[in-house]
Amino acid sequence: MHIDPSVTDWSRAQFALTALYHWIFVPLTLGLTFIVAIMETIYVKTGDEWWKKTTKFWMGLLAINFAIGVATGIIMEFEFGTNWSNYSWIVGDIFGAPLAIEGIMAFFMESTFFAVMFFGWDKVSKRAHLISTWLVAIGSNLSALWILVANAWMQHPVGMRFNPDTARNEMVNFWDLLFNPNAYTKFLHTISSGYVLAALFVISVSSYYLLKKRDIQFAKRSIIVAASFGLIISLFNLTTGDDSARQNALNQPMKLAAMEGLYNGKSRAPIVAFGILNPKKSYDNNESEFLFHIDVPDGLSLLGFHSFDAYVPGIKQLVLGDKEHNIESAASKMAKGKEAVAALKAYKEAKAKGDKAAMQTALEKFNANAKYLGYGYIKKPADLVPNVPITFYAFHTMVTFGFWFIVLFIAVLYFSMINELEKKRWLLKAALWSLPFGYIAQEAGWIVAEVGRQPWAIQDMLPVGMATSNIASSPVMVTFWLFAILFTALLIAEVKIMTKQIAIGPKEA
Amino acid sequence: MFEKLSYLQLQEYWWFLIALLASLFVFMNFVQGGQTLLWQVAKNEDEKDLVVNVLGQKWELSFTTLVMFGGALFAAFPLFYATSFGGAYYVWMAILFCFIIQAVAYEYRKKPDNFFGEKTYETFLFINGSLGIILIGAALGTLFSGGNFVINSMHLSHWTKSSYGLEALLNPFNVAFGFMLFFLARIQAALYFINSIDNENIVNRAKAVLKYESPVFLILFAYVAFYIFSTTGYSYDPATKAVSKEAFKYLHNLTAMPLVAVTLGLGVLLLLAGIIAGLKLSSKGVWFSGIGTILVVIALFLILGYNHTAYYPSLANMQSSLTIENSSGSRYTLIAMSYVSLMVPFVLAYIIWAWRAMNSKKATIAEIKSNPHHY
Ligand code: HDD
Ligand code: HEM
Ligand code: HEM
Repeated sequence: MHIDPSVTDWSRAQFALTALYHWIFVPLTLGLTFIVAIMETIYVKTGDEWWKKTTKFWMGLLAINFAIGVATGIIMEFEFGTNWSNYSWIVGDIFGAPLAIEGIMAFFMESTFFAVMFFGWDKVSKRAHLISTWLVAIGSNLSALWILVANAWMQHPVGMRFNPDTARNEMVNFWDLLFNPNAYTKFLHTISSGYVLAALFVISVSSYYLLKKRDIQFAKRSIIVAASFGLIISLFNLTTGDDSARQNALNQPMKLAAMEGLYNGKSRAPIVAFGILNPKKSYDNNESEFLFHIDVPDGLSLLGFHSFDAYVPGIKQLVLGDKEHNIESAASKMAKGKEAVAALKAYKEAKAKGDKAAMQTALEKFNANAKYLGYGYIKKPADLVPNVPITFYAFHTMVTFGFWFIVLFIAVLYFSMINELEKKRWLLKAALWSLPFGYIAQEAGWIVAEVGRQPWAIQDMLPVGMATSNIASSPVMVTFWLFAILFTALLIAEVKIMTKQIAIGPKEA
Repeated sequence: MFEKLSYLQLQEYWWFLIALLASLFVFMNFVQGGQTLLWQVAKNEDEKDLVVNVLGQKWELSFTTLVMFGGALFAAFPLFYATSFGGAYYVWMAILFCFIIQAVAYEYRKKPDNFFGEKTYETFLFINGSLGIILIGAALGTLFSGGNFVINSMHLSHWTKSSYGLEALLNPFNVAFGFMLFFLARIQAALYFINSIDNENIVNRAKAVLKYESPVFLILFAYVAFYIFSTTGYSYDPATKAVSKEAFKYLHNLTAMPLVAVTLGLGVLLLLAGIIAGLKLSSKGVWFSGIGTILVVIALFLILGYNHTAYYPSLANMQSSLTIENSSGSRYTLIAMSYVSLMVPFVLAYIIWAWRAMNSKKATIAEIKSNPHHY
């Protein structure tokens, strides 16, 4: 089967576009549903109408965000079929399951109780309403769980076996899939990053009111809830981020190397606090890695392996191999992969002829190299290196903002406690303008995760070039532009509506 | 418990769940039907708000049913997911666009500073209800009339027409199927309005819709039924799995599975009963027609997939046709997913609870206006 490489590129572009758009809205939903549920709980516990009004205000903003989150979500699911049709067959037996479970377990819960939460204030009891609000929060986070189980499996495939008769991977252990260690770090890091964003959102909107000297009471109380929640969560986010890097060290060393621009492996590897990559550098030349950089000594060994003198392989070793550290070269893996591909073909041919003996020999040959099947489709070793600058800068952007949010939450909380926040206009301005950083950190995180795993759609198993649909590139090009236009227009509408509602403020809620 | 079932039984079980989801989706299409009736049953802004809000409380549920339908197909019949979505690319993408614009329309329509203006969002609702449903109907029609795909020995598929699915619209049966769903959705919507709106003007206009459009629907339905039961289908040999043509295949399936025939008959009767009840302004009409719709769709899916039938015939290469046996997930996955399916009754239970809580009283203009959160 011949796949036009430009189809792969357009499909990647389209998937990246739609996923990045979806991800503008999802984190806020993940976090704001919880914040709203907490506020409504306070209302039910205290009976104070003020909290009901506050809850309703944030709920209104949530609904605006939620609608476009759903709009951008539906396309994600179907794109696996429309644009990654080979992928859907080759791994659908495993990958489809979490997606279906997400639907049955999470989306129905979310959408059913969303209607009750939104329209049911006077139709169901106070308690039933509160439970509905909590179920929306739980539902949206469960949806994150299942989609991330699916995504974690792509980063670290487990619990399956390649079946040469059907020419696909089949699930052999559901629990391996569910308890994939990668899934847990991913889930915890992602939802906590969503909570950080939601806290930032509440603080930023409230800071706007304080700067305008309006809705003071409302803003101050909202800030206290959000900043305490945000501080705890952002520390948690930092720990889970560290866990994510550890997972990369174990399962995706190439991604880790790209994140740090590490071309040459070392023990006691430092972490780059700030750096500008040398654009001329490649794994097979002797240029220096950075034009400029500030390091934290031993940082990377510590981050990745929790030990000062752990050896961290660089891009060069990962491509060319390194006997000393027991790293197999790409060329050797590719050779084995080609054998697996050839054996699979021989097996199919023997099967068509009904030649049992030949089938057996081919199968044995295949099984010996099955692990490397994916490498058989890689064209040249250099293709195994992801885009280093994108991965590197995205990673450093995320981490920098991660630390900044911690500082911000501490400062906001401290001045709220001593009741001087209103006077600190510089801090209010900083808080207001930090909201975009939250969104940038979110998108950057996914870029690290997804660009860093290239060229693999499924790590070490299925290269993106093999995963695409077998269609011409023009239909994908057409839909790419249609998505770009439609989603941008909808985003503009969303932002306008949102800012207008914020300007109207809680008084009218 | 599911381990005891044979592979084929598991595949049949999952095909039944797909049928159930498809039928629930077609039932929920009253939301789409209602969106196309907006201008017909509501003549002023207040009435329009009332209609939009009554529909708006249900749009997410209908949307999620579509998403779930996709997810279940992916998990249970991945080869269909790969072949049809990846091949009939333009049709599925067009359908998705019609649903993307629906998702924002309710929430954004009335909001100040909404960039496009109220009219545009209402147009979005209309496109979703008309084009969206007609295309879905046409896509479902291809399950009977076939698609232009080829599947190779590695089970990878490709489409043989560069119109990528749009050619389905040249087939009168597919188009009739689409329009049939469209009119069904409008009839169901009229019945839903009669059921849940307390406003004489709107209810009377809904009745008029029933009166004039039911015959159109019934004619299309008769044509579709005639086509299905007189056409030649593809069957496969259970031993060799080879596919061959069989005249009157779907009719044979009906006689081979009397229970399915009864389901179909009962469904049609309930659907008619629902329309008649609606004409008498009974609020029960939508339930009769709703259950009727569900039964009819389930029956159609069962004659499509059961009894050694190719449920997605390939027009390009007959042996590539999809059957529930050659396109399903592995035995292990089907078993695992079958355990997950035990959640379905719980989900249905809370949906019913929420529905009853929200629709316990008929909606009025005054009530909508008094709720600060309304669409
Ligand atoms: C507010 C957003 C945010 C912030 C402040 C951080 N992250 Fe993050 N990060 C994400 C939002 C995010 C994310 C969008 O949620 C990602 C994308 C994929 C994923 O699992 O989570 C992610 C991915 C991600 C990955 C890649 C995981 C993979 O390859 O699968 C690593 C290594 C880190 N993060 C590490 C960190 C560290 C060390 C941080 C220090 C504070 C940090 N993140 C802050
Ligand atoms: C690329 C994979 C993804 C797919 C296939 C996907 C699919 C979808 C779909 C179909 C919807 C609409 C659901 C409905 O009908 O209510 C949706 C919404 C949602 N998705 Fe995604 N999604 C993806 C990525 C993610 C990720 C990574 C997360 C969380 C970590 C997430 C969390 C959510 C949430 C919370 C919603 C609810 C509405 C909202 O976005 O505000 N999704 N998604
Ligand atoms: C919603 C948050 C997400 C964002 C922002 C995101 C971002 C991206 C980006 C930027 C790419 C393009 C990478 C490249 O080609 O260089 C990509 C590809 C892809 N992502 Fe994600 N991703 C997200 C979540 C997910 C999830 C949850 C899944 C799976 C469940 C997923 C599956 C894929 C697939 C299949 C591709 C295409 C093939 C590939 O490049 O491997 N993504 N994504």
